[in-house]
Amino acid sequence: MDIVKLTLTKVPDLYLEAENVTPDHFAGKTAQQIGELHVHLGNQTAKISDYFSVEGKGGETAADTKIVIAGPTDKVKYIGMKMTAGEIEVQGNTDMYTAAWMAGGKIHVKGNVDSFCAIGMTGGEFIVDGNAKNYLAASYRGDWRGMQGGKVTVKGNAGSDTATFMIGGTIDIGGNVDVHLGTHAEGGKIIIRGNAKGRVGGQMVKGDIFVLGQVERMMPSYILKGEEEVELDGKKQMFQVWIGDMGERHAKRKGEVIYGKIYVPTGAGETAAPAIHTEKRKKLTDKQIEHLKEAFKDQEPTVQQVRTYIYDTFDVDMKPMQVSRLIDGIKR
Amino acid sequence: MSEYIIKNGKVYDPKTGIKGDVADVCIKDGKIADKVSSKAKVIDAKGKTVMAGAVDIHAHVAGPKVNEGRNYRPEDKLFTYKPTGKNTRMSGGFSIPTTFKTGYEYARMGYTTVMEAAMPPLYARHVHEEIKDTPIIDEGALPVFGNNWFVFEYLKNNEMDNVCAYIAWLLKTTKGYGIKIVNPGGSEAWGWGENCTTVDDPVPYFDITPAEIVKGLLTANEQLGLPHSIHIHSNNLGNPGNYETTLATLKIAEGVKAKNKFGREQVLHHTHVQFHSYGGDSWVNFESKAKEVAEYFNKNKNMTMDLGCVTLDETTTMTADGPFEHHLTSLNHLKWANVDVELETSSGIVPYVYDPNIKVCAIQWAIGLELGLYAKDPLRTFITTDHPNAGPFTRYPRVIKWLMSDKSRQEMLKGFKHSEKVIAATNLASLDRELSMFEIVQMTRAGPAKALGLENVFGGLAPGMDADVVVYNLNEDKIKNPEEIETAFSAADCVFKSGTMVVENREVISNGNKRTLWVDAKVPENKQVERDVQMKFLKFYSMTINNYEVSNHYVPNPYVIEVDSN
Amino acid sequence: MSKTVTDVICPFCGTLCDDLVVVTDDEGKKILSVENACAIGAEKFLHSSDHSHRVTRPRKLQEDGSFKEITYEEAIEYTAQMLVNAKKPSMYGWSSTNCESQSVGHEIAELCGALVDNTAAVCHGTTLVAVQNVGIPSCTLGEVKNRADRIIFWGSNPAHGHPRHMSRYSIFPRGYFTGKGQKQRKIIVVDPRCTDTSSLADVHLQVEQGYDYELLQALRAAVRGQELTGDIIAGVPKEKVYEAAEMLKSGRFGVIFFGMGVTQSLGKDHNIDAAIMLTKDLNDYTKFSIIAMRGHYNVTGSGQVLGWQFGFPYSVDLSRGFARYNPGETGTIEVLKRKEIDAMFVLGSDPGAHFPMQCVKEISKLPSVAIDPHITPTTSICKVHVPVAFVGVEVGGNCYRMDNVPIESRKVVEPPEGMLTDQQFLEGVLKRVRELKAN
Repeated sequence: MDIVKLTLTKVPDLYLEAENVTPDHFAGKTAQQIGELHVHLGNQTAKISDYFSVEGKGGETAADTKIVIAGPTDKVKYIGMKMTAGEIEVQGNTDMYTAAWMAGGKIHVKGNVDSFCAIGMTGGEFIVDGNAKNYLAASYRGDWRGMQGGKVTVKGNAGSDTATFMIGGTIDIGGNVDVHLGTHAEGGKIIIRGNAKGRVGGQMVKGDIFVLGQVERMMPSYILKGEEEVELDGKKQMFQVWIGDMGERHAKRKGEVIYGKIYVPTGAGETAAPAIHTEKRKKLTDKQIEHLKEAFKDQEPTVQQVRTYIYDTFDVDMKPMQVSRLIDGIKR
Repeated sequence: MSEYIIKNGKVYDPKTGIKGDVADVCIKDGKIADKVSSKAKVIDAKGKTVMAGAVDIHAHVAGPKVNEGRNYRPEDKLFTYKPTGKNTRMSGGFSIPTTFKTGYEYARMGYTTVMEAAMPPLYARHVHEEIKDTPIIDEGALPVFGNNWFVFEYLKNNEMDNVCAYIAWLLKTTKGYGIKIVNPGGSEAWGWGENCTTVDDPVPYFDITPAEIVKGLLTANEQLGLPHSIHIHSNNLGNPGNYETTLATLKIAEGVKAKNKFGREQVLHHTHVQFHSYGGDSWVNFESKAKEVAEYFNKNKNMTMDLGCVTLDETTTMTADGPFEHHLTSLNHLKWANVDVELETSSGIVPYVYDPNIKVCAIQWAIGLELGLYAKDPLRTFITTDHPNAGPFTRYPRVIKWLMSDKSRQEMLKGFKHSEKVIAATNLASLDRELSMFEIVQMTRAGPAKALGLENVFGGLAPGMDADVVVYNLNEDKIKNPEEIETAFSAADCVFKSGTMVVENREVISNGNKRTLWVDAKVPENKQVERDVQMKFLKFYSMTINNYEVSNHYVPNPYVIEVDSN
Repeated sequence: MSKTVTDVICPFCGTLCDDLVVVTDDEGKKILSVENACAIGAEKFLHSSDHSHRVTRPRKLQEDGSFKEITYEEAIEYTAQMLVNAKKPSMYGWSSTNCESQSVGHEIAELCGALVDNTAAVCHGTTLVAVQNVGIPSCTLGEVKNRADRIIFWGSNPAHGHPRHMSRYSIFPRGYFTGKGQKQRKIIVVDPRCTDTSSLADVHLQVEQGYDYELLQALRAAVRGQELTGDIIAGVPKEKVYEAAEMLKSGRFGVIFFGMGVTQSLGKDHNIDAAIMLTKDLNDYTKFSIIAMRGHYNVTGSGQVLGWQFGFPYSVDLSRGFARYNPGETGTIEVLKRKEIDAMFVLGSDPGAHFPMQCVKEISKLPSVAIDPHITPTTSICKVHVPVAFVGVEVGGNCYRMDNVPIESRKVVEPPEGMLTDQQFLEGVLKRVRELKAN
């Protein structure tokens, strides 16, 4: 297998779109030819060599090509998009759409990834050592065909809307997930080794979700069916099995209705419903108002000035209407 | 304006009776001319095919449901976009392309006139805004009348003059072209979640039947003498066994003679007949009744049809037939949009994947082609895909290929997963007819132009007609591989629209000078109808009457066809 | 002497009332009275006609924080240069203007490789995302008036936000099949709080704040006759959920109107998704529709024009020369937070007032232009403020109502002398952009 090493030498001032960074595009090319491939920044087109140093060469085919990416690639999007074979290893973090519409091969990101990674994935393997943000392995907007095959492994946490419209493949999250896991799923297998924040399997038609930690609040439209011994990670374990979503349509097979299933280890239970909203404070304390009065003494500040001051000084994001009322109040 | 002479092409033109003879076509001042001066630019068409610009009689290309389809299917745009060009806007979308792509793709295929198939009157301004933003092609739009409360009430009371006055008023108010009827009565019934599946099902609360609606509108159309006939999508679309409803609908027009000054001979145009030619009583014994329906058309010369061929793509169905779309979403569980429009119509949208591995889809594909092959009169049979319902209009070249090549059809039939079942449920395997180039020209040019009452303007190469001319890189006598047909029709060598070259070397080079066609029918003053309109707007519409009319500036380049029905 | 203009369209909210009567002075310069409008709509007309408080020429922010008057030509030059030189400019707003202006704006955006986004980004964008996932069975407001006997207001308070909605379309009007008006209708309000709208309701479901999704899915299960887990569902007793489900199924024609209470609370598009699916399910038993209570009078129009020109209703990224769309990435709030853009153009909206402070601060750091008849929080942080004529008062143009029905707004009075309209200003910018691009 031939290796191409890309090292980011210039941090882009905005974000870089690098859908050409795949074994499919690199195969059969020399370092120089690879350097000539395009990357995009806003409405500008640049070459890979403008941002990366390129070493090595592509293999004969995509399957014979491995790309190693080093440097601060936090602002690089679309790495490995639509790749069908070969390997990509990213030593740091990547931005959105890493492994988007991936069909084969392997991508390993050693840092964190942003949102929309592995969307529309149909095959291959995507491994993240750190965390992933929202819409991991979800479908593209409007598409009813989300993840269809392959495997996604995230060792850290994943964000909200993971696995929306999933119809096949496996997702394995080592940490916790945010709300809306497996929404509209119609197949596939999801394993959450930490906690799930709630709304697990909402509108799910079919598929299996394992939550080895706790489910913050089970949907009222799921019913506890009983306990079942199921094999996971090569071990047989006892799980509580919840079926649903009872609000959704379900097909019948051999006279039996097929539901989506959520497996929770026996004894894990669900946590009491916590306040979901941890909204920022929207009001000032009396002391802060005094402070504000002092700061704008003998002045006629605009609403925007006061709003900015409040945000900068007290870290409170007030709506202009509130600020305007506050100013009126202070005047009086 | 520039002059052109297209030299030495194989010319096909039913209007002048040229059937592939080598001839020159002259263009001067936007019209076809007898001759041009020596300054004329010469286009060498040796070994190539020359014909008039094509006319699409039925496509959903502009308006509220088309746009809802675009907006609610971002996935339809994925990886389809063409960037901004020197003379073109960026364009994208597959089954429901943007307005720009619609104009460009039609033009590239050699289509120069398109009829938007269903305009809800309340949304007419929206339809015209989109038409305005669709480059190159001339377009008109057919307002829907088949579920309109005014029409119901006048017909129930047998007030034919009032129906005519109302139709004339609505055409003028909405800048519409003709009378579209979609699921007569059924779309109103859908207001209560119901439907009319036969021509005799009464419409809830309105004491009228689909048969009476069709008969009444047909009579009004001929009394007004409009350029187009009634344009109907009959009841019970898409259901096994529906060919009986179709025949019952067609029977209403039997023996009625056309009355107009536009050379139109039919009194009824039935659209997307493929969806209406189904036998069996369930999806299990679903079968083709294309032969029965086509034979009825062959016998009754006062009717025309378009095919509505299934192209076996992933597409987006959209129709003013609200109950049908609800039925469809309960079959495929895909996202369903619906809009019921006060006093006028309903409509719905559902994406659909015509999968060649599904038996029913493959049978539907066969039925569309069978209709085209059984039909004896190509001047009364038009090629459509009911864009985007049975497939996107960009697949017309593929449909033409299938109609022209038995080999390409047999290969498809053999390739289906349920090949034997499909062959058993259809007659296509035994149909070896191959349409000629001249017949294709009749079905895509002269025929639809005549049915729209535009035979002296579009679809032909007689001097004085609009210079819509297309040159395809194809020679009928030397086709080795059917794929050549599809390639040639997909993008013309060059296309002229009203004498302006809009496509050169298969690419769009100009945004042309598009026009909007609408019909202004003059009827005697009718105080009764004026009062009824005022009253209904006051009591039942959510908009005032004075804000209803589409003002002229939404139709910046109109082509008004005046009809004196006094 | 005075002049009376009838059938005037109200450029305030998405209800787009079109029956206003405006009386002006003889010269058509000053508005004397407005009839039929709600208090907010009337105020909008009367306020605009008082020219004394209006800025009538463009202004540029100076080093010292003050604004200096500049000419429209200078403003056009600044705007064109800013857009042409940016690598990824954002053109945001478009909800308080006509479709004609939006169309010109889109052409500029296409030439400059800009992001185009409208205020759906902060209100009903989530609705549009939900519609993309599951569709939307809907109808025009006239259908509601003529047929509806079940009206649900979910997370919306029309008594305040859309003042004439209830009398024109939803609760009170008498239509063709609804001759008894309100008596024929059952009203359900779902809102954690008691509001002026909930006081009119037959049933008020006081959902636990942030649990609309759970309640909707429970209702869907109840409609299907399924069991539910728990005695209290998202703050509502289980029996009441079943009761509500029966009330919905027993109607002949029902409508769900929903507002920002569900679109912007936890779950966002998922709440709407479930509400739409509830509507769809109910169509197996009776007839049901769902309509979004859109805010700005022409935010719907912006979505329509973007739709037919680019195929997406908001948050459209044209930077690569083709259109892309993915709220969460291409939305204006996200690109500001992530510092993805390098210039900001605002027209027909007030992000300074509605965006999080982090985004507002980012705007103030960028080259920026705000086009707005008023002085707003946005105009005070942008580098250039271009005042323009009021659409719907001083210039007409097409607008789309919340049910997507297009209505052409009217001009009732002249703008202050020498003022440009949105469209004229944008056409100036487009011409200049073309010149700059040609070089």
